[in-house]
This record gives sequence, C-alpha cells and structure tokens, in this order.
Amino acid sequence: MEFLRPADWEEALAAKAAHPGAVPLAGGTDVMVELNLGLRRPERLLDLSRVRELHEWETAAGSVRLGASVPYATIMERLGHLLPGLALASRTVASPQIRNRAGVGGNLGTASPAGDAHPALLAAGAEVEAASVRGTRRIPVEAFYTGVKRNALAPDELIRAVHLPVADGPQQYAKVGTRNAMVIAVCAFGLALHPATRTVRTGIGSAAPTPVRADAAEEFLAGVLEEGRHWDTGRPLASSAAAEFAALCAAACDPIDDVRSTARYRRHAVGVLARRTLAWAWEAHRARPDAFEGAV
Amino acid sequence: MARNGLPTATTRTTGSAGGGVGESVPRPDGRLKVTGEFAYSSDLWHEDMLWGRTLRSPVAHAEILALDTTRALAVPGVHAVLTHEDLPTAVRHYGLEIPDTPVLARDRVRHHGEPLALVAADHPETARRAADLIEIVHRELPLVTDESSALAPDAPLLHPGRTDPHAAHVPHPNVVHRQPVRRGDVAAARRRADVIVRGEYVFGMQDQAFLGPESGLAVPAEDGGVDLHVATQWLHADRRQIAPVLGLPEELVRMTLAGVGGAFGGREDLSMQIHASLLALRTGRPVKMVYDRAESFFGHVHRHPARLRYEHGATREGRLTHVSARIVLDGGAYASSSPAVVGNAASLAVGPYVVDHVDVEALALYTNNPPCGAMRGFGAVQACFAYEAQMDRLAAELGLHPVELRRRNAMSEGSTLPTGQRVDSPAPVAELLRRVRERPLPPARQWETSEGVDVRQLPGGPSNSTHGEGVVRGVGYAVGFKNVGYSEGFDDHSTARVRLEATGGEPVATVHTAMAEVGQGGVTVHTQIARTELGVSRVILAPADTRVGSAGSTSASRQTYVTGGAVRNACALVRERVLELGRRRFGAAEPAWLSEELLLADGKVVTAGGEVLAGLGDVLGGEAVEVERAWRHRPTEPFDPHTGQGNGHVQYAFAAHRAVVEVDTELGLVKVVELACAQDVGKAVNPLSVTGQVQGGTAQGLGIAVMEEIVVDPATARVRNPSFTDYLIPTLLDTPPIPVDLLELADPHAPYGLRGAGEAPTLSSTPAIVAAIRDATGLALRRVPVRPEHIAPG
Repeated sequence: MEFLRPADWEEALAAKAAHPGAVPLAGGTDVMVELNLGLRRPERLLDLSRVRELHEWETAAGSVRLGASVPYATIMERLGHLLPGLALASRTVASPQIRNRAGVGGNLGTASPAGDAHPALLAAGAEVEAASVRGTRRIPVEAFYTGVKRNALAPDELIRAVHLPVADGPQQYAKVGTRNAMVIAVCAFGLALHPATRTVRTGIGSAAPTPVRADAAEEFLAGVLEEGRHWDTGRPLASSAAAEFAALCAAACDPIDDVRSTARYRRHAVGVLARRTLAWAWEAHRARPDAFEGAV
Repeated sequence: MARNGLPTATTRTTGSAGGGVGESVPRPDGRLKVTGEFAYSSDLWHEDMLWGRTLRSPVAHAEILALDTTRALAVPGVHAVLTHEDLPTAVRHYGLEIPDTPVLARDRVRHHGEPLALVAADHPETARRAADLIEIVHRELPLVTDESSALAPDAPLLHPGRTDPHAAHVPHPNVVHRQPVRRGDVAAARRRADVIVRGEYVFGMQDQAFLGPESGLAVPAEDGGVDLHVATQWLHADRRQIAPVLGLPEELVRMTLAGVGGAFGGREDLSMQIHASLLALRTGRPVKMVYDRAESFFGHVHRHPARLRYEHGATREGRLTHVSARIVLDGGAYASSSPAVVGNAASLAVGPYVVDHVDVEALALYTNNPPCGAMRGFGAVQACFAYEAQMDRLAAELGLHPVELRRRNAMSEGSTLPTGQRVDSPAPVAELLRRVRERPLPPARQWETSEGVDVRQLPGGPSNSTHGEGVVRGVGYAVGFKNVGYSEGFDDHSTARVRLEATGGEPVATVHTAMAEVGQGGVTVHTQIARTELGVSRVILAPADTRVGSAGSTSASRQTYVTGGAVRNACALVRERVLELGRRRFGAAEPAWLSEELLLADGKVVTAGGEVLAGLGDVLGGEAVEVERAWRHRPTEPFDPHTGQGNGHVQYAFAAHRAVVEVDTELGLVKVVELACAQDVGKAVNPLSVTGQVQGGTAQGLGIAVMEEIVVDPATARVRNPSFTDYLIPTLLDTPPIPVDLLELADPHAPYGLRGAGEAPTLSSTPAIVAAIRDATGLALRRVPVRPEHIAPG
C-alpha cells in the first residue's frame, strides 16, 4: 500500500488527480476501521493530515466556511454560537478521542446514512465545496448524497470545506441510539428555523438509504407558520400542527430492519424527535429577548 | 460496614504488619493499567517471532470437502500452513468437560467461525492475506438453531456416536446434559395455591466482552517442548488439554501467565494456545497470535442464551406453595462447560427462597449456534432473571410490595434447598433486601439544574433526545444467590508455595501460585494473607506459571476462597517450621520458646502475651523455609441424575439490588439512575477491591439488561454483530452510581469467614433493572436485553 502525504492543498489535488483511486484519510474514523477489519485494501491512501487549510474555518458574509478536517471537538467548543445544530450533532459523535480527530469531511466522504453530521447539515442548508485540479464547485448538501455510502464527488475531487449559513434562528438536533454515549445512530433528526426567510429545514439520518429532508413536513410547517402569522406574533404552535409535522417527518423516512433496530421503530422515533425538537426550537424562537415586543 | 448486631467473623490473625487481611491494599498493577503501561498478552514480543493467523469457517454448518492451501503456501513470508491433516497425534479434540471440540475442523464445521486452518508468516498482514487465499470447498448442511430443530425426529446430530458421561441419560443426542430437581409434591401443592403465575422468559446471548483480545506467544524449546505465555484463567487445565494434542508430556509444556485483559469466564476454554504451539513446533520459531476484535467474538464461548418457563404458586398470605420450571439453554456447537451450567441452572432455579415443592428441569442443547459456556454467574444468571420476574408478578397478584413477598419466603441459615442441601452458614436474604429498600431514593428530576436541562442525566444522554418529555421513573428490586467454587463432587483444589527467608536480616516471604490474575485482585489478597499469617511486611508474589501445582480456575468466585485458603494453609505450615527452627536454636537458652504459645508479628517471634523472643531474621539465619501444599475446601457430591438431590455446593454468595431508572416511554430509552447493591461477602479481605468487584458485576448485569446481545441470524446461524460498534457495552454515561453495602457475616467453613464475591452481583442487577423498567412502563418485558423497540414499538 502506498501512503501519499501531500504537504499542502495543491499537492493533495495533484495527487488525487494522478491517483483517482487513492482513498483520502483525515481523521481515520471510518477508513482505519475498514482497513483493520480487512474490508478495504486500497492501493493508495492519501493522508490529508498535513494540509493546513483543511483544519481552518472562516466567517464571511453570514456564512461559515468550515474546513473539512476541523474536528468535532472544535465545532462543539468554538462554533456553537454560529452553527448550533452542527454543534449539537458534534456532541453525539463517538468518543472525546475521536471528536478530537474526526471532521465533517469524513462524514461526507463516507456518506453513510448514519453519519451524525448529515441531519444538521441538511437543516442548516449547507453546501459542500469540492475541488480538483480542474477547479472548485459548491454542491448543495441534499444533492451530495447519491446513494447508500455514495456521494457526488468525481474521482479526482476532494472535499475542501463545507459552507453553512450562520444560524438566523434556533436549531436543534436529536439522535436515538441504544446507548447513552458512543453509539451509532438508530435514527437522528435535525431542525433549523430560518426566520430571515420564514422557512423551516429538516434533516433525517439513518432512516433512509441516504440522509434526507422531510420536504412535505417543511412545506406544511412553513404554511402553518405563515397562515397563523406565527412569525410575526411568536404565537405558540397548536399541538395538532406539531403532530402533523411529526407525522410528515416520519412519512419522509424509508427505513430498514437491521441489527440495530426495526424500520417501524425508526419511523416512530423520527416522529417523536421531530415533535420534540420543533417544540424546543419554537420555544427558543419565542423566547428571543428582542422578539415580539407588544405581540400576542 | 455496619454490622447491625449480626454475628461477624472472628478472625484469628497472628500478624500485625500493615497491609494484611481486611485492609484496602491498592493493586500493584492499577496505575500501570490506567496509564496504558501494563504489559498485556497482546504486547508480548520475541526476537525472530512469526505471526499466527486462524482461518475460520464462513458458514455455520457444512461438510468440508477440501481445503486447498497451495496459494497460501506460495505467499512470500509464509512459513507454515496447517490443517487438520497436519496435526501431530491422534488426539485431535479438546474440551473442558467433554473433549468434543476439534483443534482444526476435519470434515465438518458446526458453527460460524470454527477454526479450519492456521498460517504462520513473518508479518501479521502476510498471515492474514495468506489465510484468505486458502480455498474452502464445502457443502452446506441443514441447521440446528433451537429446541424444535434440535429435537425434531430427523434432526441432524451435532455429535453422532457420543460416548461422554451424559450421553446415556439425555433424552436426545442433541441434548448435552439434562438435570431435573424434584422435591415434594408439586401437583398437590398446586391445589393448595391461591394464586398461580406462569411466564416464559427469554435471555439473550451475552458476551464477556473483555477488552484484551485472545493472545499469546509460543516459544519452541531446545528440549522439544514449548514455552507458552498466554492470558488464561487456568494454566493447568490448559496444559492438560494442550499437551496430548502436541504429543508432549505435560512437563514439556511450560506455561506462564501473560497480562490478562479481563476474562469473565471467556478464557476458561482454549483459544489460540494449541494453535500457536503447533505453529511454533512446526516452524521452530516463536509464534505470536493476537485476535482482532472481530475474531475475538469467535474466539471464546458466550453466555448461554435461554428460554425459561416458570410456574409459581402462593397462598393468599404470600407463602410460596410450589415452583415448577423448565430451563432450556443453548449450548451451541460444542459442550464447553454446558453440563456444569445446567447443574447450576437446575439447582439454583428457584432462587434464594424456601420452596418445599419443586419440579425443575434444566437442559442444554447442541446446536449450530456459537458455542456457549462459562460467563460470570454461570447458569444462575438466566434463572435469576426469570424467577425474580415471577416473584414481582406474584407480589402484584397478592397486592404485596415486591420486597415484602421476598421477605416472607427468603431462605436463611438452616433452610433446605430444593436439592435437599441444608444451608449451614448465614444466608441474609431478607436483610440484604431490607438494606437496599431503606436507602433514600435519588432525588426526582435530577436533570433539572439552575443552568437548564442536563441531558447527561436523561435517557439518551448527549444525544439530546428528551428534555424530560415522556420520562417516567421506575424502581425495581431483585435478589439472587450463586454457588461459590466448583460443585457436584469436583475435586476443587489449589496449591500454594510459600517461602520465608531473611534478606539483609529482614524477613521476606515469597508466594508462588498458578493463580490467574484476571483482574479479580488475587495479587493483593495473597500478599495480604501472607502478611497476616507470617507477620512480615515484605511479600513477593512470584509470577504464575506451571512450575507450581494447580491453583484451579479463576472462576466461580473461588480464588480468594480456594487459592487464598491454600496460601493461608501454606503460611501456617511455614510458620510452624519457623517456630520449630527457633525452638531448636533458642529453646534451650530461652524456656519461653518451649512453654508459651508463639506468634509471628512485625517480623518477630512473640509470645501470646506480647513478649518478643527473637527477630525472624535471627531465627531464619541463612535458611529458607519453603512449603508447597495443595488445599481443598470441603467436598461436594454429584446431584442425583433423576431427582437432583445432593449436597452439590460448597458455599453461596448473596446479593440484592435496587434499581432506579428513568425511562423515556415514547422512545423506549433507559437511563439507570442508581443501582444500589447490598452483598454479604463474609469477610472483606480487601474492602476496596471487593467493592470494585461488586460494582463491576453490577455493571455487567446492567449490560445484558438494556443493551448487550450477540445477535445470531436464525436463518444462517451466523453472528451479525461481531464488533464493539454493534455489540454495545455500558459506557460511563450508562453506568450509574453503585452504592455498595457490604455485610460481613462469616461463613465458619471458609478461610477468614469469606465468601466468593465476583459473581453474585451480576445475577440480581439485571432483574432489578428490568423490574424498574416494568414499574415505569407497565409492560411485561419478558426478554433481555430490553431494546427501545420493546418499550416503544411505534
């Protein structure tokens, strides 16, 4: 096995162009396990740990450009005020040791439906910055997942960063696993309120072949909020509306039975998480100190 | 350690040196283990060593038509490839009780992961690739996966032509062993019952999940023998099984214990011992084998999964009239310790209660599922889950508090067990329950803090799945009892060699046993005993190896009792010889040597009145006093094969738990908030260490209650989750505070009055947690582990 160690981003892109079969290695959360289990024998590994840019983030024009290797520990500790949904998701990733190494780029590269970051990325409206020697493009995250553990990257492309709008409203993330820490998701749910655009976005993990949004649920809720002038008044949501939102989120799932759980339970649990996270997010929205002065 | 007016051990010790019996002496390996510096068996290294690898069966049941090793042998760096054809002698099977397990499969594999071939290569990766190049030509056979497929008229026989001791009395050749226990008249008692509850319970397959995988190093010796360094639970039992397969006399198989990373029963059976030795003898090179995590799940036996059908009857006053039970254990493809597990399940089936009318049948099946054998609690665990669930249902029917029903039926000293054996030492069942019940409950809604919700205190933890929505608290109780030591007439002995000599004028004791330290704390206990018995402060523990007699297994909660007893006995003999030496040397000049009762204390010989006669250094001079002696606990008897009657057990350990849980009733997630345990340990030889044992056993019981299970696909008998990604064990956020209340009611038959302690807490923690979940949800929950979809199916 050849171990390629580019010193910087240009070298990394050149190496990937020269060896499109090379497997990128950053935190190693998935790749090392596959190597150790003998599930994967790539001819080449492309070690990205020396590429400094991947470990950096910057904020500009209301958006965070998050390097693919910025570890989850950093997201939790330093970016929670900008990216609260992703920070909540980061807390649920594996163990402290792994959170010190692993980044969002690995979740995207593996594109497992169980990746913890995906529901938060979907809810936030993230875009993946993919690059190659041919140039750079930004892929909306919902178009990035193309199948079970497949993504939209071309063979010569690497993930440089993820672009996430700075949160303009409350964001929530909740996951179900059969252990209280260090557990792969049985299912997960991300929710973001976007008062600026009067929209709601969702993300569902581990309950369909790819991470998905609950489009019908988002549209339904946006309609309810608009019709009831909730955005203007901060009025509480009717429990019937929350229940319908939850049911539509559950309906957006296409889960399977596997060793971790059943399809039926996953659909049910996504509904419960949708209802709870919506209640938390809307409560937080209503409780904003500057909000709804004089409103009902 | 409040004693509450109850009788306590009166230990006669002669020494007063620090670090003796009863003190919380810290582990010598504790710091090394938590800092990652401890050398485990997987860290062994030898110049010029090769790496061994096992090829395992990808299917559960098949006829092996051919194994083609040509391509594997052609890989550069490969030094040997061995199959069944290459075994050196006619002895080609091994086994703890019944030698039915092939060293390497010949013409048939009986379970997923059964070893087929071995490779030695100069690099582990080379060995793995070469093993993958061995071609297996096989024809799959019909599967036996449960009781109905095992006992069907046309069922394939796992072991046709059985000649083992149980073959003659089993109802079907796919039954490893069957043990009834019958006492009284159940039919008549049933007519007297005012309330009867019946239930069927299912216990999933638990794994020992030790963190140090199977590993060791075999070094060929110039005399044709082999030096084997390995992590095991019983060096001499290993050697007894290894030597005949290698064609060597036992003395040429020299075994030394390597660093053990947990055992819990999973290292009783052989794993890589014979394989590494075969490769070493074939290649003439040291061979190291280390299983990876996935292989480890195939490298050892698991806890028997079980189906248990119970009927309990009681009078309106809450007195048990009768219990009938049928316990079916899945032993998997090979016998391992299934017969002894059956004996435990049968004899302990009704729990620590007085029941005069009992009809119990326990049996273990041969199937194509993974082999099952020893695991902490050993047959008593499965039964306890079922009988404690039954006791709760009976209490509910009678309108009694669960603890009150148990109290009314609790066994005590003098009670007679369903086997006819009289309990002849304290049995504080009611007292243990009283203690856990009287503890104050942890505060409600602990997750509410001044800074908001602390999700770590809630079901789901940092997964943030609830902020209190759907959360209901439940409380549950359970009590259990477990036999200590090997039962049913087994010659359960240990051996200790103790040497006392003077170094630089100061007395130094050396304790040498073959006891496998697997974490249980023998490394402190044996030095404590030597200090107490010999009155010295410096005690050296020699490495465990086969240069000394057998210590028996580090199993069955027995080592502190049995090897501790052997060390104490050897120390007493050394003491007598030292005093004899002193009498010879000084008796003529100092009449107190001959007239007084003499003790060893603080490195000196003193009279009972406290007069110092001489320093031990002066008594010993240049001489060393050494004694090696075997020691036995009192004998036991086999159970009658038809009635189960017999004095089968040596001693019992008792523990009770109260579990407090918060259940997210909508998502089915559980947070265990507290698991209080009260246990009678007879004598806390090392209070810190035994508290750790109680907490560890409690946590292992928590694991099977809510998460741990090896999932075997019933359609293929293949293991679906051989990894720590999908075989979940409790983390720190799953393990609650475990307050431990130790009772010390001396067993007059045991050294220092102590009781074996390691297993009992594993029994009662599981049913206590499930009772608490039932309390919170109102669900029946007849199966463990309880999974979220069992509570909230959707």
